[in-house]
Amino acid sequence: MSESVTTVKPILQQGVDTGIASAEVSIGRIFLEFLIIGATSFGGVVPYLRGSLVTKRHWVDDKEFVEMLSISQSLPGLNATNMAILVGDKLRGVLGSIAAIIGICLPGAVMMYVVGVFYRSHGDHVWITAALKGVAAAAVGLILSTVVGLSQKSLTGKFDFVFIALTVVAVNRLHQSVPRTLLVVGLLAILFHRPRKKQKESAAL
Amino acid sequence: MNQIPALARVFAYLSLLTIGGGMAAFPEMKILTVDVHKWLTFPQLIHLYSVGQMAPGPNMMMIVAIGQWAGGMLGAVAVLIAFFGPTALLTFIVARLWKKLERWKWRTSVQQGLAPVSIGLLLAGCFTMARGAIFGAETAAIAVGVLLILLQYKINPALLVLGGAVIGVLSFMPK
Repeated sequence: MSESVTTVKPILQQGVDTGIASAEVSIGRIFLEFLIIGATSFGGVVPYLRGSLVTKRHWVDDKEFVEMLSISQSLPGLNATNMAILVGDKLRGVLGSIAAIIGICLPGAVMMYVVGVFYRSHGDHVWITAALKGVAAAAVGLILSTVVGLSQKSLTGKFDFVFIALTVVAVNRLHQSVPRTLLVVGLLAILFHRPRKKQKESAAL
Repeated sequence: MNQIPALARVFAYLSLLTIGGGMAAFPEMKILTVDVHKWLTFPQLIHLYSVGQMAPGPNMMMIVAIGQWAGGMLGAVAVLIAFFGPTALLTFIVARLWKKLERWKWRTSVQQGLAPVSIGLLLAGCFTMARGAIFGAETAAIAVGVLLILLQYKINPALLVLGGAVIGVLSFMPK
């Protein structure tokens, strides 16, 4: 345990010269900052998180931010809320995490509550139905662009496309549940990427 | 009549499927909320999800609306806690362990292996949604247009979704 602490520390210390605030951040401050992100982050949270936490507040440095993001992406949960948990924990432990996640969720939740009530009573108006058809189609394009972006960023080999295809077939064609798909395809993919002696070669593939 | 326990159960389960993004849970969200519990229809689910893309914050806040429909204010709160609580706890614990696993040689393997599977889950969610959202030349053109614009330019996606609404009104309003 103590060994791992010493290996983590140098990374954190690099943050000092990029201007990481050393004074303790208050819980209220954390809540407010995440509330602002939650209320303004139209069109995707990650750029807003970086702008606020790295550039403006210096609560995490860029390297740490990327590490936290990669953990957020590998775990269940949305990037936005996982990042809130990680940054909150780094700043003030459990309470920091709770303040951050409530802050980032609150504005959107209130907004969608109101939208839900409105849509339920007025959703069948002709012009709303027409607009929603366009909105849904645009959302499909948006998700596809996320898929392309993630593929460019996080895939490490051509063979990964086989695992993508297997996953899609398992869920959409064979109607397998996500846990079962994860267990089978995920395990295969992890075994395929098993640790090898020549790590550099497999990374360059 | 009381839907709260069912809401909590369903959304706690769905939250654990959101690997790589909220869309990963979409196929099972459709099965559970539409087919099994009939809290809303498939077009309504698609509409709520899509409108949710224009709201700020985490992009699955449309679940609040489902909770509200099925169980009122209490339902909305139950769904929020169920959907964000378990993964928050998991992330909190695993992230602390993750740092200690820095030297574990399988750590990179897990990350590299989960990457294509999580992308596959997103794509599967996208296809499920496309089955309800793409139904002709206009909608296909909007989806492809948004995709190409986003790949080419740095533009706020929320604006494009809003643009989709305008095109929707122009092309689907009864004459």
